[in-house]
Amino acid sequence: MNYSGEQLKAIKEFLYKIADDQLIIGHRNSEWTGLGPVLEEDIAFSSIAQDKIGQSLHIYELLHTLGEKDPDSIAFTRDAKDFKCCHLTEYPIGGYDFSLMRNFLFSHSDHARFEMLSASAFEALANIAKKYKGEIKYHIMHADTWIKQLGNGNEESRAKLQAALDTCFNMALGIFEDSEYVFELKELKVFDGENILQEKWFESISLVLGDSNLKIPDKSSWKPEYGGRKGQHTEYLQPLLDEMGAVLRLDPKAEW
Amino acid sequence: MTKSFDPRVNRMELPSNDDGKEVLDKQENWETYEVFHQKKRGDQHIHVGIVHAANPEMAILMAKESFGRRRQTANIWVVKSSAVNATSYNDQDIFETTPEKTYREASDYYCMDRIRKYQEEHGIVNRKEARRKKKEAEEK
Repeated sequence: MNYSGEQLKAIKEFLYKIADDQLIIGHRNSEWTGLGPVLEEDIAFSSIAQDKIGQSLHIYELLHTLGEKDPDSIAFTRDAKDFKCCHLTEYPIGGYDFSLMRNFLFSHSDHARFEMLSASAFEALANIAKKYKGEIKYHIMHADTWIKQLGNGNEESRAKLQAALDTCFNMALGIFEDSEYVFELKELKVFDGENILQEKWFESISLVLGDSNLKIPDKSSWKPEYGGRKGQHTEYLQPLLDEMGAVLRLDPKAEW
Repeated sequence: MTKSFDPRVNRMELPSNDDGKEVLDKQENWETYEVFHQKKRGDQHIHVGIVHAANPEMAILMAKESFGRRRQTANIWVVKSSAVNATSYNDQDIFETTPEKTYREASDYYCMDRIRKYQEEHGIVNRKEARRKKKEAEEK
C-alpha cells in the first residue's frame, strides 16, 4: 500500500513507540544478567530481555525500509528527547519485585498490542506481530507464574509484590498515552487505538492479579505517567542511552 | 567494598560478604526437577538435565529457557528428582554379565540364508531384495 507523507509520519511515530518500549525494557531487563536470583531464572529473564531487543530490531528494520536510519543508528545514537518509550520502561531495575511487576504489566500490554496488530492492514507490521506471538506468549507465562507464585507465597512476598504493583501502576498507565495521530491510524486500519488496548490489558492483568491475592489501585488514585510518547522522559533515560551507545560512539564507523 | 568493573554491580549496593557468612540459608534452596526434552511430536522424551524450581509450573518455565531455547522442541516434561526411584551403584554388579549375553540380541542369530530359502520355496517376494534389484536395474 502507498501511504501519503502525513500517513507515513503517523505510522512511523507508532512504530518508534512500540520498538523503543521494547528496546528500553529489554535493555533494563538485561541488566539482571549475571545477577538474577537463581541461575535458571537468570537465564530465563535474560532470554526474555533478548527477545524484546530482537523484536525491537525487527521493527527498526521496518522503519529503515520506510526511509529511517539503520537500526544501529536508531538504537544507539538518538538522544532521549527523540525516544518515544513510556516511562515505565525507563526506570532503573530496582529490586526483583519491581522488575518482575514491571515486566508483568508491560508484557501483558505487548501481548494485547501484538494480538491487535496481527490484524493490522499494514501487512509488514501484521507479519511481525504474528511472528512473535509464541515468544510473547511465553513472556506472559513467565510473568504470570511468578506473580501468582509470589502473590500466594508468604506475607513478605505478597507485601513486596503489592508495593511493587502500587509503584508501577501509574507508570504502566503511561503505556497508553494517546498519539496525535490516533485517527489516522484508525482510519488506515493500522491500529484501533490505545483506549481499546488499555481495556484489553486491564482485563487480562485483572484476571492474574485476582488469582494472586493482589489489589489493583483504586481508580480514584489513577494518575497516568504520560510524556514518554512526546519525548519527555524521566531523568533515568539519558544516562541509560549514554551507556548503551558508549561502545558505538568510540568509533561510529567501525566494522563489526 | 571494592568497586566492580561492571556498572550494574556498583548500582546494586550489594552488602559486604567479607565476614564469610552464607547469604542463603541452605534450607532455602529449591528442589531439583529432572528435565526431559522431546524434539518432535512422537519422538521419545530424552533426559537432558535438571533445573531448580519452587514447584512444577516454575520448573517448566526454567526448563523452557535452560533446555529449549537453542534446539528444536515440541514438548518438555519435568519430574521432581525425588520422585525418581533408581538402582544403587552398590548394586551395579547385577548388570555385570549383561555384555556376555549376546544370545539375547537378534544380531547374534545367523538365519538369513534359511529365511531366503523358505521364501524362495514358497514364492514369497523378499521386498528388501526386490527394491535393491530394482534400484540396480535403474542405475544401469
